[in-house]
Amino acid sequence: MNHSLEIKELKKSFQDFKAVDGVDFYVEEGKFFSILGPSGCGKTTLLRMIAGFLEPTSGSIKIRGDEMIGISPNKRPVNLVFQNLALFPMMDVGENIAFGLKRQNCSKSEIEEKVKNILEKVHLGGYERKNVSDLSGGQKQRVAIARSLVLEPSILLLDEPLGALDLKLREQMKIELKKLQHEFGTTFIYITHDQSEALVMSDKVAVMNNGKFEQIDTPENLYANPKTSFVASFVGETNIFEARLNEDRKSVLTKEGMNFKVFLVDEKIQTFCKLFIRPEAVVLLVDDGMEDMNYFDLTIKTILFDGSNTKVLANVDKSDHEIMVSLPQNRRFAHIKEGEVVRAGVHVSDCKCYE
Amino acid sequence: MNKHTKFGFYIFFIPVFLWLFLLIVLPHIELLFMSLKYENDMGEMVWSLQNYKEFFSEEIYWLTFLRVALYAILVTFLTFVVTFPIAFYITKVVSPKYKGFLIILLLMPFWVSELVRVYGWMILLRESGVINYFLVSLHILDKPIEMLYNDVSMIMGLVYTSMLFMVVPLISSLDGMDDSYIEAAHDLGASKFIIFFKIVIPYTAPGIVSGSIVVFMLTLGNYLTPNLMGGKNSLWFTEQIYNQFIASFNWNQGAAFGFLLLLLSSLIIWIGLKLTKQNLAKALS
Repeated sequence: MNHSLEIKELKKSFQDFKAVDGVDFYVEEGKFFSILGPSGCGKTTLLRMIAGFLEPTSGSIKIRGDEMIGISPNKRPVNLVFQNLALFPMMDVGENIAFGLKRQNCSKSEIEEKVKNILEKVHLGGYERKNVSDLSGGQKQRVAIARSLVLEPSILLLDEPLGALDLKLREQMKIELKKLQHEFGTTFIYITHDQSEALVMSDKVAVMNNGKFEQIDTPENLYANPKTSFVASFVGETNIFEARLNEDRKSVLTKEGMNFKVFLVDEKIQTFCKLFIRPEAVVLLVDDGMEDMNYFDLTIKTILFDGSNTKVLANVDKSDHEIMVSLPQNRRFAHIKEGEVVRAGVHVSDCKCYE
Repeated sequence: MNKHTKFGFYIFFIPVFLWLFLLIVLPHIELLFMSLKYENDMGEMVWSLQNYKEFFSEEIYWLTFLRVALYAILVTFLTFVVTFPIAFYITKVVSPKYKGFLIILLLMPFWVSELVRVYGWMILLRESGVINYFLVSLHILDKPIEMLYNDVSMIMGLVYTSMLFMVVPLISSLDGMDDSYIEAAHDLGASKFIIFFKIVIPYTAPGIVSGSIVVFMLTLGNYLTPNLMGGKNSLWFTEQIYNQFIASFNWNQGAAFGFLLLLLSSLIIWIGLKLTKQNLAKALS
């Protein structure tokens, strides 16, 4: 397998603070790879080391097999799309895109040709002489990406470029970015704190916390089979119960006094653990009696209507522990009212226990 | 506009108008008339362009002006070269903690008058001055040399006097430049040299232009520093004007020189703006 990027034992400390604490991963050629983590987890530091703006404390960075440590950013075959895009305000769109090509000593006609082609590819044909300040947020985004992609880098790094856009545009750009990546076939490394961006666009996602990778997996697996409690709580919505493990190691007793048959993700759990249940794993209005289901009563408190993403807030059994349950919009549950008590069930495999 | 806002408008407008009109426009009109009058052979004052003709026909006048204009351009350039690294260091290199302190340090010498500062330089540079004393006592020189009263020391003095007016606009325009522009250019393959000339200079161009205009005008119109630090050969055009008014008591000729200074320096700035493709309104905003 051809690896676009290979990182081994990469570490970066600032005085006593370990920003990146031993990261190992590789990215296959032409994939969309995301690094997802809360702010301050070290993802920007990691990205800046790949781009060459920071020297790692130790470890190795290989791009297409070549060691990159000690090589300055202007000599690396990677390009970075900045968070604020950093389009040069004193140049027009064409000059912005031509900036990198001029540094490679391309001929004038070649530059013109390439600029024209790349602008057409990002659906901005004929925008060469436009002023950067006259573009909309989404257009600026595409110019910034075109400016980097025109250099045909081995890897394109993106530092939360959608952060400054409004919600609607962000949704559009997610799809657009994914399409662009497909068309160009360039390896994209995208860092974000927004799990939906990472899940929608990526072939693979690495979840980062405290300078370490918690899990590297496909978005589907990350969501369905999180390996650690951090991943389970950070990726997607989830309900968390504090619990203690029973003697049989197959069920737990929650703080609210309910017994759940569970699936132990972490085999090392001693007594106390956390039980994670996704909102959509809870099935409403079920009949009792199935072997591997957990049953409980839910007192509906509030219905949070949000179209296809409607949820209810409900209390479990008689306790005041609130959980979130997804409400499918097929009108089957349209009669459910606030204050009603309904029977609900969860399959054992959806009750995951973590340290 | 209703009555209230009209009243408010006049309250603020009238003092400004009176100030400008009575103290600036009116005397200038008087000077303009004066410059256009010439005493003919009969001893009568008549309308004439003779005072202006004098400037172009008498070599010493226009040569002085030319020399002063070239020196002013040189001083402006040198001031830029000296202050740009300082401004860059303060805004981009040093930790923001010390930024305010360093700017205060820069401003401090300008809290005393130009005259005092020039005398300070004279104490340092003159034959019996501080620098000569040290050079002689360290046996680098056999006997003290005169460092004052030549063009080099005068230009140094002018650059020193002008620094503040260049460094402040430079700091403010460098401050407005996001570091990511420099990083983005570096990432796109530019060397430090290219980044400086293609990104930093064009971005800070408005600041450079406004600083340069101020420094150029102040240098051209300076009287004190060339007079005190310059030698016998460093005649400044302002001294010519002074001589006409005070020494020869030829106010008409002095007024004409004053207007020529105004017109020619404006012309030089206009040419400078055209050559660098800069916009005055943008530079001063």
